[in-house]
Amino acid sequence: MEQFIEWISQPWPWYIAGPLIGLTVPILLLIGNKSFGISSSLRHACAACIPAGIPFFTYNWRKEMWNIVFVIGILIGGFIATTFFANPDVIVVAASTQADLAALGITDYSSLLPAEIFTWDNLFTAKGLLFFVVGGFLVGFGTRYAGGCTSGHAIMGISSLQWPSLVATIFFMLGGFVMTHFLLGPLMALVGF
Amino acid sequence: MKTIEKNIAAQSPIECEAPNLQVQEEKGLKLVKYLIVGMFFGLIFVKAEVVSWFRIQEMFRLQSFFMYGVIGSAILVGLISIQLIKKFNVKAMNGETIKIGKKEFRKGQIIGGFIFGLGWALTGACPGPLFAQIGSGFTVILVTLVSAIAGTWVYGKFSDKLPN
Repeated sequence: MEQFIEWISQPWPWYIAGPLIGLTVPILLLIGNKSFGISSSLRHACAACIPAGIPFFTYNWRKEMWNIVFVIGILIGGFIATTFFANPDVIVVAASTQADLAALGITDYSSLLPAEIFTWDNLFTAKGLLFFVVGGFLVGFGTRYAGGCTSGHAIMGISSLQWPSLVATIFFMLGGFVMTHFLLGPLMALVGF
Repeated sequence: MKTIEKNIAAQSPIECEAPNLQVQEEKGLKLVKYLIVGMFFGLIFVKAEVVSWFRIQEMFRLQSFFMYGVIGSAILVGLISIQLIKKFNVKAMNGETIKIGKKEFRKGQIIGGFIFGLGWALTGACPGPLFAQIGSGFTVILVTLVSAIAGTWVYGKFSDKLPN
């Protein structure tokens, strides 16, 4: 048992994780004729809590409860992974990335997210405004405008050979490249890194 | 006729990336299976460290193959499974024919996709990992999640005024 926990606590390689994530596609189709997608849960949250008479949020969200239950499961899965099978070592990140991030003021590799950014202490600061408020807003607004996220378009959409999803995925990547290579440095300098 | 169309529209969200094409509606304990699949999924997310802000940085800086391997192999497995389901006409557990919603091309996939990309590189998370990060104890990500819900709401509010 101890050996099992030690083995499972190691970070999993991509060729294990990727295929397992891909298996979610047929599992959801088989257990309930559901197409894999996660960002729609944010829409259902709006429809259930704050529809405000907006047509976009006026639909039978109760039928979509499975999606909300699914994301609650993701949260619990994250809790289990961290509580029982956490990797005790620092996260291994490419040396070139470490050098680039050091230039931005990020050097703490003790957990999955850099402690310089993702703490409650940063909440009411310019750093928090950029990474939590602006970042979250862009994710929510962008995924809904695009009609899906990495799961709905990149994985489910491309898997089912739908070219609009390939277009969406290309622009997800393009946005990420532009942020990382052109905007992240100046923005981080602006908020005090 | 018009009322019927309206009713249909009100029942299933239009342009939804995860269209729920199951005919029967599921409630209560029948939803537990989705909780279990979600847990399995969240566990993989954290154990493979795909929820890490650092992994996303490596990906966008083209300094590691890891995330490309994860997404690429996930697509490959999804693709093969869907082909097999179609070829052998495999039915869902409740006996329904498996249906996959068609995604229509819209300008939103370009503009919205780009906007999401900007946010992805900042937060280091797409919507799925946001939930896994919160579960992993990064409770401040709740703020990011609330902001993402706000972003979704603002899109819904102005969706008819945006180019699409």
